[in-house]
Amino acid sequence: MYDIKALYEATSVQDAVKLRLEHPDAQILAGGSDVLVQIREGKRAGKELISIYMLDEIRGVSMCDNGDIRIGSLTSFSHITKNEIVKKYINVLGEAVDMVGSPQIRNIGTIGGNTCNGVTSADSASTLFALDALIELTGSNSVRVIPISDFYIKAGVVDIKPDEIQTAIIIKKESYENYFGHYIKYAMRNALDITTTGCSVNVKLSYDKKTFEDVRIAYGVAGPVPMRAKSAEEFIKGKAVNEQNIKEFSKMVLDDVNPRDSWRASKALRLHLCSELAYRALSKCVELAGGEM
Amino acid sequence: MVVGKSIPRLDAYDKVTGRTKYTDDLCDKSAYVAKILHSTIAHGKVLSVDVSEAEKIDGVVKIVTCFDVPKNYFPTAGHPWSTDKSHQDVADRLLLTDHVRFYGDDVAAVVAENEVAAARALKAIKVEYEEYPVVLDVQKAMEKGAPLLHERFPDNILGHSSQSVGNFEEAIKEEGLIKFDNWYDTPTVQHCHIENFICYASAENGRITVVSSTQIPHIVRRVVGQALGCDWGKIRVIKPYIGGGFGNKQDVLYEPLCAYLSTVVGGRLVKLDVSREETFVSNRVRHAVRSHIITYARPDGTFVARKLELFSNQGAYASHGHSIAAKGMGCFKQLYPCPNVEATCYTVFTNRPVAGAMRGYGIPQAMFAVESQIDDIAKGLGISPLEIRKKNLMPVGYKDDFSKNVNYYDTFNQCIEKGKAYIDYDRKLEEYKNDTGDVRRGVGMAVFWYNTGVWPISLESSSSRMVLNQDGSISLQLGETEIGQGADTAFAQMAADAIGLTIDKINVVSNQDTDITPFGTGAYASRQTYVGGLSIAQTGKLLKDRILNYAQKLTKVPENNLDIVDNNIINIATGETLLDVATLATTALYSMTDSEHITAESTYQIKSNAYSFGCCFADVQVDIRACKVKINDIINVHDCGTLINPALATAQVHGGMSMGIGYALSEQEIFDESTGRTLNNNLLDYKLSTFMDHPHLEAQFVENPEPTSAYGTKALGEPPACPVAPAIRNAVLNATGVAINKIPLTPHVLFEEFSKAGLI
Repeated sequence: MYDIKALYEATSVQDAVKLRLEHPDAQILAGGSDVLVQIREGKRAGKELISIYMLDEIRGVSMCDNGDIRIGSLTSFSHITKNEIVKKYINVLGEAVDMVGSPQIRNIGTIGGNTCNGVTSADSASTLFALDALIELTGSNSVRVIPISDFYIKAGVVDIKPDEIQTAIIIKKESYENYFGHYIKYAMRNALDITTTGCSVNVKLSYDKKTFEDVRIAYGVAGPVPMRAKSAEEFIKGKAVNEQNIKEFSKMVLDDVNPRDSWRASKALRLHLCSELAYRALSKCVELAGGEM
Repeated sequence: MVVGKSIPRLDAYDKVTGRTKYTDDLCDKSAYVAKILHSTIAHGKVLSVDVSEAEKIDGVVKIVTCFDVPKNYFPTAGHPWSTDKSHQDVADRLLLTDHVRFYGDDVAAVVAENEVAAARALKAIKVEYEEYPVVLDVQKAMEKGAPLLHERFPDNILGHSSQSVGNFEEAIKEEGLIKFDNWYDTPTVQHCHIENFICYASAENGRITVVSSTQIPHIVRRVVGQALGCDWGKIRVIKPYIGGGFGNKQDVLYEPLCAYLSTVVGGRLVKLDVSREETFVSNRVRHAVRSHIITYARPDGTFVARKLELFSNQGAYASHGHSIAAKGMGCFKQLYPCPNVEATCYTVFTNRPVAGAMRGYGIPQAMFAVESQIDDIAKGLGISPLEIRKKNLMPVGYKDDFSKNVNYYDTFNQCIEKGKAYIDYDRKLEEYKNDTGDVRRGVGMAVFWYNTGVWPISLESSSSRMVLNQDGSISLQLGETEIGQGADTAFAQMAADAIGLTIDKINVVSNQDTDITPFGTGAYASRQTYVGGLSIAQTGKLLKDRILNYAQKLTKVPENNLDIVDNNIINIATGETLLDVATLATTALYSMTDSEHITAESTYQIKSNAYSFGCCFADVQVDIRACKVKINDIINVHDCGTLINPALATAQVHGGMSMGIGYALSEQEIFDESTGRTLNNNLLDYKLSTFMDHPHLEAQFVENPEPTSAYGTKALGEPPACPVAPAIRNAVLNATGVAINKIPLTPHVLFEEFSKAGLI
C-alpha cells in the first residue's frame, strides 16, 4: 500500500503543464520505477502525483527531416534498445539502457524519468552526455531545447521550470554521424545493479582511420552529476591512433573526474576505474570504427 | 520402489502456477496491521517514548512501547528445549526493549487499520535516548573497558570453550618444523529467503492462534508461551508453505510480539509483515567469524601441531548462542586429525544485528579459514593442494569420540577424484601457469566437513502419523517441515516404500498445526530426511502390520504370508494378488461387522549422527585491472549417502552453490563504524549474486549408503554452501599468487590486495 495523497492523470502535454501549475508540489510520475520506490521508502510519502505515463505523444523514437534523432521522453529502455533507428545510428545508447536494472524495470522505466531524476549513476545519462544530447522541455507558452550538460544542475536537481515537462531527447545528426560509441557499466554484479562507475565514449576517426578526429568521453559517478572529461578529449583530438595515445588519454581523464569516497566504493578504486574504463572503452571504439592500434 | 527416483516434487505445479498459499495469502483482509519502531541508535537506554502525535493519526488503533510490555525474558533459538536448566538457551529478549543493544532494536509497536496509518504513526513517535558507547568489532568487544551489552556476561563473552589433543607446546619443539600463522575473516551475511518473515495472530476462547512463516512451529508455540507468560497449550501455531528460511526462521522472530499485540486489541486479527529492510537488520544474520590458525608442518607436508582461535561475532542478543562457534571449532581436530591440537572459541556480544542460524551453522566460516590455510601451507611448502590434503585428511575408519560418527568410506578421495575429473584439474593447473598478463586463470578446491543432526548435543527425535483413508490412500503427518527444500516429496517417497504403496497414494499434510501435527522440532541441521526417514520407516511398518492384520481377517491367509506391493495385498508364498489396499480400506471403515480406523503413529528417538562430506572445485578467471573474478566453471561433489530423489538433491546443491558464490564474491552487510547502522539493508546494495553471476553449476554425488540411516541417506541441506568460498578463494590464489584472507572478494578488496601485491 502506497502513501499517495492524490493522483492526477494527464491527458496531454498541455494538460500536464496545467496540472503542474495547479499542483505546484506534485511529483511527476512516468514509469514509476524510481518515484514509487521512493514513496515506499517514505521519502516522497503523502505527495500528490501527476502521471504523464499515458501520453503517447511523447513516446517513441523518430528520425527528423534534418537527420536528428528524436527520442520521446516516455520511451522505455527496452523500446530504445529494440528500436531500429537507435540500433543503426546510436547503438551505444541502446546498449547502455539495456544495462539498467532488470527486464521488468527496463519495460517500465523511461529515458525521460532516468534523466529527470538527476542522478549521476543513470545508465542513459553518461551516454547522452557523450552524444552531446539536447533536452526538449515543453512549457505553457514555449519549448526550450538545451544541452544535457546544462540540464543537470547538481545532484538530484535538473533544469525544469514549474510549468514544464521534459518531452524529448534529441541527438543531432552531426553528433552521431561517423561516430562509434561504447559504454561500459562497471557494477558489483552482472545484473540488477547500480553503476559504480560508468564510462561512455564516442569516437570519430579520420578517413584513413589513423587519426582521432574527435573523441567524447563521459562518466557516470565520477562526480555529483554525469560529466565529460574535456581535457582528455582535447588532448587526443588530432593524435594518431595508437596504444600509447590511448594509454595517455586514459591517464588524462584523471584531471577531469572527481569521484568521492563512499561506502559503496572508495575514491581510489573509482579513480582507478575511470582510467581503466577510459582505456577499455576507447580501445573498443577504435575497434568498432575499424581502426588499428 | 520410489526411493531413488527423480519424481517431480509434490508441490511443484502449485508453486510454479502461483496457486500455493503462503502466510500472507491466508491472512484475512480484515486484519489490523502491526509495524515495529526500531531504534535509531545502537546502544543506550530509552528514556521516554512520546506517542501523543502518533495516536492522533487516523487509522491508528493502539501503540505499545517498551514500557508497556510484560517483563518475561525469553530465548529465541530454534533448539529443542532442554529440561536441564544449565543447558537451556539464554533468555535475553523482551517483546520490546528499553535497553537498546543494536541499531534496529525493537522499541515500540503500532497497530493500525492499514499500512499507511501504521507507517505514518511510526514517523510520528518520538523517542528520547541516553546513548552508550558502541562496539562492533568482536575482539574489541572483549577488551577491558569495552561497552558492556549484558550485565550477566562479563567482557561480552557469551560463550567460551576449548578442545585439546596431545601436547601442542611440546610438539612444536621438534626441529625443522615450518610455522604458518594466519588470520581469516568472514563477513556478516543474511539469508535472503524470498519470503520475508511474516505472521498473524488472533485470540479466541482464551487461546491464541499464530500463523507464521517459520521452520519450527512447535518451538514457536513454546516460546510464545514463555514470552507471554501463559501455558504453552494456550498457543496454537500453524505453519503454511514458506518461501525459504535458511535458518533465519529457525529462530522465533516476531511471533511473540504479534501474539501479544493481538491480545491488546481484544484478540483481533493482527498481521505483522516484515520488510526486506527490517529483515536485514532486525531478524538474524550469519555470524562474522575471525579465525586465527597456527599450523606447524614438516617439510613433507605432514601436520605436527595445530592451533585455532575463533572469535564469533554474536551481535546484540544470544539467539543460538555459542553453539555455532562450537560447531565451527568442533570440526577442526576432525577434518585434518593431527596428534597435537589446541582449539578455543569465543562467542562475543557486539552492537551488531543478532546472529543466529544460517545454512552451515558455523561451518562455512570454519571452512573458509581452514581450507584457505591448507592452500597457504601447500603453497608455502611447494606441495600440491591435493597432495597435502591426501596426506592429512580424515582417514577411513576415523571415529569421533564425542558424536561417535565414523568415516565408513573413502569419501574424500572419491569426491575429490570426481571433482578433479570434471574440472580437468591437472591439465588446467599446467595450462594456467602460463597466464601472466592482466587476465589470469586459476583452479582451486576445498573440502568440507559436516554432520547430519544435533545428537548427542540435543534431543533428536521424529514423530509421524499415518492414517489409512477410505480409498486406500495414506495421509502422512510429521513435525518436520517443508521449507522449500522438498522435504514433503522425500517423505512421501520413503513412506510409499515403507508401506508398499505407489507415490500417488501418499497425501502429505504439508502444513503443521501444533494442535494436530505430531510433535517435532522442525527443519534445521540438515537432519530432516535422516530423522524423518527413521520415523517414517517405523510408523510405516506399524501401519503396514495393521493393514495386513485386517487383510488376514478378510483373506484368512496368515499375516506372515502377506505383503503389500504396489497397492495390492499379495500372498508372499504364491505371489498371488489377494485384494487391493483400496478395497481393504473401504471395507475396514464401512464394515457392518468389523469397522476399524486404521492408523499408526510413533516416535523414533535418534541416538546417532552421520558425517556428510564432499568438496568443491572452481575454475576462475581474474581480470586484475578490473578487480573482478569470473567463475568459468564450478562443481560440488557430495556424499550424502543414498539419494532419495536425485533431481531434488541436485537442486539442493545448486542453491547451496549459489549461496556460496555470493559468500565468496559479493555478499556482506556493511555497518557505519560510529553509529552501528546497517548501510546496505536492501537487495540493491546488498550484493546477492544473481543468475548472471553464475556459470553452469555442476552437482555430482558419491552414493555410499549411510549405515545408521533407514534409507541410507544423510545431510545435504546445508553442506553445499560450505566449501564454495574457500574453493574460489584458492582458485584466485592459484591464478594470481595473492592469498586473500577475507571474503567477500569484492572489487574493493581485490583492488587493495592487487595494489599491495604490485599487480595494479
